[in-house]
Amino acid sequence: MTLNELASRSGEWLRGVGPESDIVISTRIRLARNLADFPFIRCCKTADRAAIEQTMRQRVLTRDAFKHLTYLDVVELSSVDRQFLVERQLISRELAEAEGARGVAIDPKERFSIMVSEEDHFRVQVMHSGLALQETWAQVDCIDDEIEAAVSYAFHEQLGYLTACPTNVGTGMRVSVMLHLPALVMTRQIDKVFRSLQKISLAVRGLYGEGSQATGDFYQISNQITLGRTEQELIEQVGEVVPAIIDYERRAREFLLKESPNDLHDRVSRAHGILSTAQTISSEETMHLLSSVRMGVNLGLLDIDIAMLNKLFIHTQPAHLQKISGGELDTADRNIERATYLQSHLRSEPSDGENN
Amino acid sequence: MKCQQCEKPATFHITEIIDIDDPKSVHLCEDCFKVYRSEDDEIDESPPLSIAGALAQQMKVAQSAEELAKLDQTTCPTCGITFYEFRQVGRLGCPHDYVVFQAEMEPLIVNIHGAVAHTGKSPKRSGLSSDLQAELIRLRREMTDAVEQEDYERASQLRDEILRIESGQS
Repeated sequence: MTLNELASRSGEWLRGVGPESDIVISTRIRLARNLADFPFIRCCKTADRAAIEQTMRQRVLTRDAFKHLTYLDVVELSSVDRQFLVERQLISRELAEAEGARGVAIDPKERFSIMVSEEDHFRVQVMHSGLALQETWAQVDCIDDEIEAAVSYAFHEQLGYLTACPTNVGTGMRVSVMLHLPALVMTRQIDKVFRSLQKISLAVRGLYGEGSQATGDFYQISNQITLGRTEQELIEQVGEVVPAIIDYERRAREFLLKESPNDLHDRVSRAHGILSTAQTISSEETMHLLSSVRMGVNLGLLDIDIAMLNKLFIHTQPAHLQKISGGELDTADRNIERATYLQSHLRSEPSDGENN
Repeated sequence: MKCQQCEKPATFHITEIIDIDDPKSVHLCEDCFKVYRSEDDEIDESPPLSIAGALAQQMKVAQSAEELAKLDQTTCPTCGITFYEFRQVGRLGCPHDYVVFQAEMEPLIVNIHGAVAHTGKSPKRSGLSSDLQAELIRLRREMTDAVEQEDYERASQLRDEILRIESGQS
């Protein structure tokens, strides 16, 4: 598998299927794990980092369950390729921007990836389209067991899995559900939702995690606590709150449809009009307009394949455009390339749903 | 007079009045003073969102300046980081830090998680004891240092010691 092959298609978590997939984009669970016999990353010498990478490549990735994975040495990747993997959510920004030996093992279908030498030695993450907490947990639990059969994890009787940052100690688990909440943003209810989530110690982040802006009205809801509760309890905590937010978003959409149907339809149609005819367009404007179009499709106002729309959110990001067009582009050229790409996908009459 | 945080000469002499009856003297070099000042600002301005902030606040309540300075110098024998380094960066140096800094870590962990004990999954097999694992980390560090100092005899002794522990695993 090469990155160019990846760039030409879209990942499992963008398929736009699964329960509640009109609002829930994806479910993701990551586990932070460290090897018992090495210092944490910040205290690793060059030799330690090399040994950690060797452990992954020679002891873990040689197992039958992982033989199909592609290992990428992040140090050797160009900055566009690193950014591409970030946009694809296969690696974190932290891993892309760090220094020293580090890498990532990627499942070719993009259902999971294992980052090596990020903040912790290993970070295993599994992604699913739609709301699929139990399936995602079952898979990451299984991958974790497979890795553990080959290495010794840093584990403490009382504190559980030991992590470089005490905010992850215990289960080392972060459960995230990515939601598309345009109507709550439009009706200015979103801050209320955030405040109530914070009270029950759930975190809200943007599309690309910590510190990122909530572009395209995408929000990730995740647990903040990792210790003192079982993995099941943490999953349930997130699982219980998501249906309430979905319901709230649906009611906001109904409200908009009822109170000002013409305004809403106009907004959706104009967004579609600009996206399918613009000659040059920024990433920010694209995300903003795609968000309206996506909601319009879910409300039956437009007929466009949802998987294709999900793909457009990611494929119009800067590194994706450069991978797809096959060369480095500056901002102005990217804006033209983006407009061309959007036109080619949105101008053709109702999609047949096979745009991969 | 030497700086309390490092070995450089102290150029700043501060009298901290946390308790009016018991003023504390702090002696710092220029660099450490800057860090000291910026910490003060952080505590006053922002809520303890970060590890560093939470710790600073926790310690301000619980410790006198003297105890704090002493605590900051506590060093993990395994990875070599001091408590001061941990609270500056918010990241630990090795698994053994959870044991070495336990007294300070516990209230911090309660602060973050509202709990002190893991109840989730555990590794299926038990590898080396955590003491031996900490020993391995320490020996590797010493070996790297020995190589850097071109003390190859010592390095090869350490290499043998590491192999001996590793092979005793199964």
